[in-house]
Amino acid sequence: MEHVSIKIFATADSSPVAIADAIPVFHRWIQARDLPELAIDVADYSHVPAGPGVLLIGHEANYALDNAHDRPGFLYSRKAADGVSLQYVYDSALRGSRRLEAEPEYQGKLKFDPKELEITLNDRLLYPNTEAGWLSVEPALRAFLDGLYGTGAYNITRAADPRERLSVVVSAA
Amino acid sequence: MKASNSLWNARIAGAIEPGLASEIDAFENEIALKKQGKIEDKIFAETRLRRGAYGQRYDNGQRHDGIESRKLAYPQPGLTKGPNTLWDAPGMQRIKIPFGGMNAAQLEVMAELAEEYSDGIAHVTTRQDFQLHYVHIEDAPSLMRRLAAVGITTREACGNTVRNVTACPLAGVCRGQAFDVTPYARAFASFMLGHPDAQDFGRKFKAAFSGCADEPCSLVRIHDLGCVAQTRVVDGKTERGFSVYVGGGLGTVPYQAKLFDEFLPEAELLPLGQAMARVFARLGEKKNRNTARMKFLVVKLGLEEFKRLVLEERARLPFDPRWTAYLAEIEKEQETPSRPPGLLQITAPEPADQREWRGSNVYPQRQAGYATVTVALPLGDITADQLRALADMARKYVNETVRTTVEQNIVLRWVSESDLPALYADLQRAGLNQAGAGTILDPTSCPGTDTCKLGISSSRGLAGELRMRLAESAISRDDATRGLRIKVSGCFNSCGQHHVADIGFYGVSRNKGGFAAPHFQVLLGGQWNENGGAYGLAIGAVPSKRVPETVERITSRYREGRQAGETFQGFIRRIGKAACKQMLEDLMTLPTHAEDASFYTDWHDVREYTLGDLGIGECAGEVVSPLEFQLTASEREAFEAQLALEKGDVAKASKLAYEAMLRGATALLTWRQVFFVNSPDGVVETFRKEFYDTQLFFDPFAGGKFAQYFFRAHELVAEERTADSATRLIEEAQLFIEACHSCTIREAARLQAAKA
Ligand code: SF4
Repeated sequence: MEHVSIKIFATADSSPVAIADAIPVFHRWIQARDLPELAIDVADYSHVPAGPGVLLIGHEANYALDNAHDRPGFLYSRKAADGVSLQYVYDSALRGSRRLEAEPEYQGKLKFDPKELEITLNDRLLYPNTEAGWLSVEPALRAFLDGLYGTGAYNITRAADPRERLSVVVSAA
Repeated sequence: MKASNSLWNARIAGAIEPGLASEIDAFENEIALKKQGKIEDKIFAETRLRRGAYGQRYDNGQRHDGIESRKLAYPQPGLTKGPNTLWDAPGMQRIKIPFGGMNAAQLEVMAELAEEYSDGIAHVTTRQDFQLHYVHIEDAPSLMRRLAAVGITTREACGNTVRNVTACPLAGVCRGQAFDVTPYARAFASFMLGHPDAQDFGRKFKAAFSGCADEPCSLVRIHDLGCVAQTRVVDGKTERGFSVYVGGGLGTVPYQAKLFDEFLPEAELLPLGQAMARVFARLGEKKNRNTARMKFLVVKLGLEEFKRLVLEERARLPFDPRWTAYLAEIEKEQETPSRPPGLLQITAPEPADQREWRGSNVYPQRQAGYATVTVALPLGDITADQLRALADMARKYVNETVRTTVEQNIVLRWVSESDLPALYADLQRAGLNQAGAGTILDPTSCPGTDTCKLGISSSRGLAGELRMRLAESAISRDDATRGLRIKVSGCFNSCGQHHVADIGFYGVSRNKGGFAAPHFQVLLGGQWNENGGAYGLAIGAVPSKRVPETVERITSRYREGRQAGETFQGFIRRIGKAACKQMLEDLMTLPTHAEDASFYTDWHDVREYTLGDLGIGECAGEVVSPLEFQLTASEREAFEAQLALEKGDVAKASKLAYEAMLRGATALLTWRQVFFVNSPDGVVETFRKEFYDTQLFFDPFAGGKFAQYFFRAHELVAEERTADSATRLIEEAQLFIEACHSCTIREAARLQAAKA
């Protein structure tokens, strides 16, 4: 699958998340030059309610402390069409979320729980948010989620608005 | 780059108007040819600009990360999409929205594109366009096709073309309008799009339409061509027409448009535009971009000669039926409501937030029972989810249409007043219920250093910071100051329209002890009303981090010192610029890097500030160098020139402005330790040799423009100037001095890098 995004949600007991504090953090990540992607810049949308928050813009992928739908989470969005696996995207999101939690700005205040995540397929033509679109990707998604959480050990909720991208919120027990 | 790019053409080809479809096909082919090395960089750059595909900061593959300047290792380092512009570096896509008019389906497509090709945000500009950032050039054709399928083109959104045609967002519903200018703006935009007579300009051409002369909604006085609706009665019949203004523009040195014709009959609008385009294409400057806007042609020829040439051209034009064909349809085009008119009924006590919103964001229309609602967007940004929510509201409450505004907001027109509470609740759910539209809480900003290649300071960072602080401050609650407008540009190019703000800022930089610090020039007393009727004048530069305090200082001085009923412009004029400068003097100081390093970073960007992404580093001590001393003195002279002009002493003002430039140039020569004859001719000659011919003084983007200001001032030193040309000379002197500062910062950085 191409152009997959995975957002790992912050836990409910995280303190109110100071989205703008991710600006210095992401600049430091760029300085460290240890991401597998080419990191380009930091984009700050912390002023937009329920928006994309703060992003580390990369060439192959973006990282973000995302606040879409007013639900903070760590988002990894694969932009390159290079056929990386769902597992790769998930691992990248998980690694990023762990790293952000450990940053001084967020230590003890922000926790991400991979038991609740959102998977989005960011291409409406390849993956339309229709029944047929869903059926075409469901086996691959389920195979991945079965491996992650165990068969039947999770719930899936699909984005209801057909204008939205094909996406699912997954909650594991 | 998207895996679906090759599939979109087949999917939506039938939905695209053939002319637009072949335009996009051609662009796609040019992309392929460029990749094969068969198109020159310069040509490809112009071709993509003409389709709105712009460059973005760091697209030369170089970025300072706060520690050092580093190469961005893109996968195709040898492939470029223009001079010094890497292929894989993300760019900005500008999307033209004529008169700001959009429908619900178009909003939905904008949401899709923001998510799939950009970073989830669509940005409304100060000219009613949309912009998407971080777009890959190879995604552009798909993006354009999807827009074209809903009737939007990006064609001629940038480049030396007729840019987006703007108009009042209240056109048709405004209580003060002569008539609805929408159909005229639409006709003008579509007639000029791709017109053969508008393809050979030396620079861009901007046109705007306004329904009245008094309000600022479309700022006709800052445009190359501005049309203000007028009616007159002839033989008992009302005729429509326009007062036409030409040669306005902001940019580095702002020009007020001049009245070309008091009443141009409506049928003459398109042929006059065509004739003007032909004259501009034929006689406008082509080689030197810096003097190529139409404003320079109007000044060079003189208004009367320019007018004579345009009218002569008009008389020669072969008849084109499109000139008047649209006029027959005008009445049918009128926008209509989807809901019956209503009266606002509030039964329970109205929540305070809703009341505040109604006070600032709701405008009762000329049509009883209807209102126009402004959706205030923070810094012009809107998310994909919000765009879809807005599309839903456009369908639910009005006839599916919205308009973008030059204040980077969106309006919903024809809202039945009885629907206002329900609409407010829907806006609140979408996070779009911010009150304070068009007030001090709603600052306008260009992209600045966030994404613009030319940005010097962080205009968005500053505007965002001011929004946050002002929301908490008494300034936004006091009737005297609430209505003031703040506008911020990241550099002298004025995309944030700082010249027409009550309080305007544009980004500059200063150097102290070997470290560069972001600053903003403060401009006070610009006029937003009367279509941008007067420009503010620069008071001086304050460090970026002192701007919030600067705003606080200016507004409290106004609150305390204004006379009954006195406007902000009146207040500034009355106290005069010397007092304004005195009021801010202590805020213009910059602590050394050792004293407070936070002054050497910009708002919302923690990296050590650099100009041109080159580090400065090493502290050269705290002693004020002769260079800093001399440049400060030349700034003072430029300021004194303003004061002299204010007192009506044009000759003294011109002399001081020229001398300020001369002092700046002398300071640079002394700093470089070159031998020169210390006379005006000697300074000019050596400056030209050492700084101009070597291109040392060249701004990375404006080239030698600022030095040319100096040379021209020297050539014309003996000539008597008018008040207008003295005003310009002062502006040019200020820009020249800014360029002196920038030159020393660049040079210091270069030497530093060479040493390392
Ligand atoms: S004013 Fe300067 S920084 Fe702002 S968008 Fe224009 S060119 Fe860029």
